[in-house]
Amino acid sequence: MFKDLARMGEYLGQAARMMVGQPDYDTYVQHIRTTHPERRPMSYEEFFRERQEARFGGATGKCC
Amino acid sequence: MKSVLPKLGWVALAVLGAISLAVVALSRGESISALWIVTAAISVYLIAYRYYALFIAKRVLSVDAKRLTPAVKYNDGLDYVPTNKYILFGHHFAAIAGAGPLVGPVLAAQMGYLPGVLWILAGVVFAGAVQDFMVLFISTRRDGRSLGDLIKSELGPIPGVIALFGAFMIMVIILAVLALIVVKALTDSPWGAFTVAATIPIAILMGIYMRFIRPGHIGEISIVGFVLLMGAILLGGQVAASPTWAPYFTFDGKQLTWMLIGYGFVASVLPVWLLLAPRDYLSTFLKIGTILGLAVGIFIVSPQLQMPALTKFVDGTGPVWSGSLFPFLFITIACGAVSGFHALISSGTTPKLLENETHAPLIGYGGMLMESFVAIMALVAASCIDPGVYFAMNSPAAVIGKTAVEASQVISQWGFVVTPDVLTQTAADVGEKTIISRAGGAPTLAVGMAHILHQVVGGKAMMAFWYHFAILFEALFILTAVDAGTRAGRFMLQDLLGTFVPHFKRTEALVPNLVATGLCVTAWGYFLYQGVIDPLGGINTLWPLFGVANQMLAAVALVLATVVLVKMKRQRYAWVTVVPTVWLLACTLTAGWMKVFDASPKVGFLSHAAKFSAAAARGEVLAPAKSVEQMQQVIFNDYVDATLCAIFIFVVVSITLFGIRAIVLALRSDKPTAKEVDYGSGVATQVF
Repeated sequence: MFKDLARMGEYLGQAARMMVGQPDYDTYVQHIRTTHPERRPMSYEEFFRERQEARFGGATGKCC
Repeated sequence: MKSVLPKLGWVALAVLGAISLAVVALSRGESISALWIVTAAISVYLIAYRYYALFIAKRVLSVDAKRLTPAVKYNDGLDYVPTNKYILFGHHFAAIAGAGPLVGPVLAAQMGYLPGVLWILAGVVFAGAVQDFMVLFISTRRDGRSLGDLIKSELGPIPGVIALFGAFMIMVIILAVLALIVVKALTDSPWGAFTVAATIPIAILMGIYMRFIRPGHIGEISIVGFVLLMGAILLGGQVAASPTWAPYFTFDGKQLTWMLIGYGFVASVLPVWLLLAPRDYLSTFLKIGTILGLAVGIFIVSPQLQMPALTKFVDGTGPVWSGSLFPFLFITIACGAVSGFHALISSGTTPKLLENETHAPLIGYGGMLMESFVAIMALVAASCIDPGVYFAMNSPAAVIGKTAVEASQVISQWGFVVTPDVLTQTAADVGEKTIISRAGGAPTLAVGMAHILHQVVGGKAMMAFWYHFAILFEALFILTAVDAGTRAGRFMLQDLLGTFVPHFKRTEALVPNLVATGLCVTAWGYFLYQGVIDPLGGINTLWPLFGVANQMLAAVALVLATVVLVKMKRQRYAWVTVVPTVWLLACTLTAGWMKVFDASPKVGFLSHAAKFSAAAARGEVLAPAKSVEQMQQVIFNDYVDATLCAIFIFVVVSITLFGIRAIVLALRSDKPTAKEVDYGSGVATQVF
């Protein structure tokens, strides 16, 4: 029960971050570790900034 | 047995939906509960999703669970990430939901709730959701490329550039009309102006916190930001009541216009982390929260609809906007039924996050159904307030006068009996001096939301709080859209100008940045200013232009979808996109033509210009102009609006012709010619 609630909370947190264009950091780190073991993954801070810039750096605006 | 039970469930749902729709459509003279509309809508959505969306997915498009999506193929943990479908649904919905579905239905309520409800439901099922889903699918099969790129590769480079240009012009109109809504809501409202102004320091505080103090911790500081916002609303009430402070936050339309233009320029050249990003977080969370709250509120309160099913204004003589039911209702409600702008989102970030093609119907079609439900709720909120109050808020001062006594007289003559006391009392309830001629939809929606929400939390004493909460919620995400849109418009413009002057493509260089931003702000600022000084409220002129533009973009996206279907050799299913395309072309071309050439000066820009020219020749000065120069300005604006409308018509007609050419070529070929990327490997993607 509590485990389910914790997982639920985790999902909601992920969903909320994804709504503002921040993908999951742990997934990113795991991806780099498994597919590019030679690379150093960005720190959370770097990752956050990189994503923030990317979200507003393109020509796709907000919707009306 | 196993297969019979679920079917029985769907039959029961269909019966329930049919009964609700019948109640909504057939009751005359007595008010019905809003729950009938909500039930009808939800039944229609579920059935449409279960049968039509899955039919499109399986039969029309043959979505393939084994095909690699760009998210899997290019997985980098950043732009391309296979994402849980429910989380992606949230992302996509947050990206498509904006002010559009909240405003259009409110304006359309002048004809009664019935035409709006029927168009929202039919439009979303057969046009809007189909468009969002198909564009998502098409982009996913092409490495998640953007709409302009897709048109370029499937229709040819010329229509690609035309579409890019059309998208930029639409952006300009959207920004102008959104900004106009904010101006209309905040004019002479110190409470509203204070709370909206307070969002700027709150956002900057959040930005600094997330940048330097606890980098990347969105959740905690968003909660702090939310608490500060609520505090700002409460403080705003004190400010408005204080004789010393209220004058500092009381602005007229022109002052607000210049402030917004200056703000738009500054906000879109500042670094994103300082102002834009934190306010985007705040407005996104507030938006989702408020939409959920409103849904809960409607279920708990189940308000009675006060607006009749049909009003006498279906004949086109309404005060809120001019024009007959066909075609103007279908462009007044754009978002919520069908919105071309979504094609840009469905070919933006979402296709790069799609884990599997089979998720596309839930996210594309389902996401749009959700937006449609927001439109239904807005229509309910606007229809559950006193119709007399509705018309007092939405009719221009040139028609109903400036005082409660004058307004109630005029509106009562229309058959919506309302006393001056009701108008002043409503204004007092929501903490404003007057509610007369607050066009633009947002204030009406705010009164409707306050009407519903105060019955759930707080009672009568909280009505003013809820009203200003609703105004803040709309202004917040409209302003976010204005600076994000100005930025996006700047990139589009740099891309367009870069085609001719390569130096302009360099988005990081200061001079092209400032020049493109300046051009973009000037473009929407021009239309905004023109709308603000218009005695008919400006919404009258700008909203139809926006609706025409947005629906035309939808027609363009559906033409692309039709071309792709034929190229995939699935032309036997082409009716799925051809039917909504033809309908949208009929509505938008008729409306566009009428806006330019209609003989009535209330509708046609050219006849309006002719009326003013004739008066000017006689030496007369017609309102809003106060001098001969202003007469010339009005005439000039009419020509600008007519030209813009003609440009939109050119864009959509030319792309349709290019589409037909591509279809003919594809039919001649004996094998599929769609330019999908390979099953496994693909080329590196270029995104603009």
